[in-house]
Amino acid sequence: MILDRTFLLKIAVGLALFALAAFSAFSLDNYQLQVGTSLAMLAVLCYAWNLVGGYMGYPSLATITFFGIGAYTDGIVQNLDQAIGVAWLAAAIAGAAIALLLGAALLRLKGHYFAIGTIATLEVAREIANNWDALTGGAIGLNIPIQMGSPEFVGRFFFLVMLALAVAAFLVTVVVDRTRFGFGLRCIRQNEQAASMVGIDVVRYKVAAFVLSGALSAAAGGVYASMVAYIEPKDAFNLVKTIEIPVMVMLGGMGTIFGPLIGSAFYVVLNEFVWANFINWHSGILGLIIVGVIYFLPGGVLGTRWPSAKGRMPMRARAAQPRTTA
Amino acid sequence: MLGQYLVNGLLTGGLYACLAVGFALVWGVLNVVNMLHGSMVILGAYVCIIGVQQFGVPLYVAAPLACIALFAFGYAVQRGLINRVVAQPILITLTLTFGLDLIVNNLLLYFVGATPRSLITNFGAVDLFGVRAPVVRIGGMLVAITLTLLLYWLLHHSKLGRAIIAVRMDRHAAALMGIRIPQIYALTFGIGALMAGAAGCAMALIYPTAPMMSGVFLGKAFIICVLGGLGSVPGAIVGGLVLGIAEGAGSLAFGPQWATTVGFVLMMAVIILLPSGLAGRKGFE
Amino acid sequence: MAEPILELRNVTRTFGGVRATDDVSLAFMPGEIVGLIGPNGAGKTTLVNLISGFLPVSSGEIRYEGRSIVRQAPHQIARAGIARTFQIVQPFAQMTVLENVMAGSIFAGALGLKAARAKAVEALEFVRLAPFMDMPASELALANRKRLELAKSLAMNPRVLMLDEVNAGLNSSEITEALGMIRAIAERGITIIVIEHLIRVVAELAERAVVLHHGAVLSEGPVDSVLKDPRVVEAYLGNRFARRFAG
Repeated sequence: MILDRTFLLKIAVGLALFALAAFSAFSLDNYQLQVGTSLAMLAVLCYAWNLVGGYMGYPSLATITFFGIGAYTDGIVQNLDQAIGVAWLAAAIAGAAIALLLGAALLRLKGHYFAIGTIATLEVAREIANNWDALTGGAIGLNIPIQMGSPEFVGRFFFLVMLALAVAAFLVTVVVDRTRFGFGLRCIRQNEQAASMVGIDVVRYKVAAFVLSGALSAAAGGVYASMVAYIEPKDAFNLVKTIEIPVMVMLGGMGTIFGPLIGSAFYVVLNEFVWANFINWHSGILGLIIVGVIYFLPGGVLGTRWPSAKGRMPMRARAAQPRTTA
Repeated sequence: MLGQYLVNGLLTGGLYACLAVGFALVWGVLNVVNMLHGSMVILGAYVCIIGVQQFGVPLYVAAPLACIALFAFGYAVQRGLINRVVAQPILITLTLTFGLDLIVNNLLLYFVGATPRSLITNFGAVDLFGVRAPVVRIGGMLVAITLTLLLYWLLHHSKLGRAIIAVRMDRHAAALMGIRIPQIYALTFGIGALMAGAAGCAMALIYPTAPMMSGVFLGKAFIICVLGGLGSVPGAIVGGLVLGIAEGAGSLAFGPQWATTVGFVLMMAVIILLPSGLAGRKGFE
Repeated sequence: MAEPILELRNVTRTFGGVRATDDVSLAFMPGEIVGLIGPNGAGKTTLVNLISGFLPVSSGEIRYEGRSIVRQAPHQIARAGIARTFQIVQPFAQMTVLENVMAGSIFAGALGLKAARAKAVEALEFVRLAPFMDMPASELALANRKRLELAKSLAMNPRVLMLDEVNAGLNSSEITEALGMIRAIAERGITIIVIEHLIRVVAELAERAVVLHHGAVLSEGPVDSVLKDPRVVEAYLGNRFARRFAG
């Protein structure tokens, strides 16, 4: 690992932010805890996507497939009277295993075919969840044992668990960013052929990133399922969500260690303060935000050169240049 | 029983071909996965439905009007918005069209509501190979297939069509030959929207449609394009018919609730095993 | 006589019936510079792609250090010590010049990041790109991008280095400089296969030349005698030029 002073500072800032969030858990009310939990969850999903979509440059739309698989695994395992921790572990393992299987096949595809192939995983997973009544409860959904305790206690508990997962996802990203693994992923993003010619085991690297991403997403899904205590196919495998995740990361900045956090935070703030007041225009406003990000923040918050003191404002930052001409 | 499913499959398949052909054209020529396609189908259906039901325009006028309106809409969207980012990585164009889809869909939902509406008309039914098939479905399928073939013919026999094909093969060479690429892109997207509108009108005759069904139509278009191979018109026809029949066979074998799954599983299999599609067209990256 | 470091035995590659490489048998000795020449479409780049594992052979065998490598993946071959440059240079455009070269020393050189960095700096100094170290690779001019490819390959610590048209597009003084570098690399004991279009380069650099024509070996031997081979002159320059060359 190469750790220069600025990077260490960045890690310290990140960890301080998470620590601050953890300590504030005891002074937040239930609503705030709920918002914080969903922020932490989105951050995990964004960090998971960022490994594949940001560092490696593969436009994956399978994040929510793994999230849903994690949610259902958690539900099924908890319904077998297993401890909640066992269920979460099982969720992460299921996500990793299925990512391994799917990745070996899907990662041979590029560009549109990869994107569509990953969307297809979501559709297939949802259909299976819908129709395999014996295992998933079908379209009616699956009830999961509720955690005992006062609403405050339960809310705080899940907030802290989700936050811990976000810290883990952040640390994974930090490590990936600064080790040969991440270096290799960045080479793959820019030129896969040249990457293999300098000795990078392209297939293994791609599958490894996909598995890591799948495990993180599934773990988030597992915790989510335990928290809401009820899941159904159209909620667990949601198409809009799977596209929202990359939008959030684009909003924050792809292939960076803070982009996913900034993007998801921005998004949650919008969600709470804007959409709550325009309930009928929820998806329309989301659409406007997406279009706005693409035209006005093509490199994300971190990749955009903000107006300097002299008032110059280049609209398109270098970081937004095409990474792959798919 | 089998005959019924086969005939149904073929009738649906014809509609599917029309549904997917615009999506295929845009994908092939612009290299854009148009997430807005499903909503454009709905938009076409509703322009037609509203024209007939609220303004009393005869169907044979309302449907072409819907197509023209969709063409104008598609042309404007491409010219004004998508052209500006068309050369960006696919994540950008895909999310942009997805964002536009959310906006259009939200507007549709606001103005026409969530209740499915249709133009269902009963023209009776006829015997087709010993199977009873409603006339309206046969008509819808025939119109859809005719339009699709017409598009194929136009692509190969008109000046615009040749230009579109030239851009599809090599946009740089086409630009050197004096073809105005942005204009061709906009016209292509317009034609794609027109075909979506036509498919919408045909759908409105047969099934009730609602804004929230746009995802279903988009999913079908995905599957058909992958089955038929990257963005080609004949591929869309092959893919449409294959999907129609496969869904019929799937419902027969596993029960109707699995019909959609069969399509997606088939698509996954084709993507992984035969990345150039059933029609075997090479040349995707 | 020493064992060849790289040996091709009856290597054939067909593309839908066309033999792009036709029954090629060649041996390369440690530390020698061999020119691989031939007219456009003779199959030079295909041969490089076969050796580097980028294309699978249709039949025949490629042996490196006494072991067959035909079933190995490109990255394994690269790590084993066979490096190549691309005819059309392929830098990692969004990385700096130093990072590009480090990619070579980290993965093929199997070094830790610190050692990889030192190795990369050394390679950059060798090709005289050290002043551009922190510049994005996409901003280099063509001649420097070619040198970057060279530095990247060197950082891989190769035993065999295939240079695919490394001089194409360079001016005369740039070529002279590049030739000096290539000679210095060979002096380290690295086998160099120079794939060239320019006869001048091969004549000045190589001890031995191999001429490919329609995928097959047309002539092989010391550079002087190969270049005088009438079949080579005809294949390389065409009939019209062959006559003028002769008289």
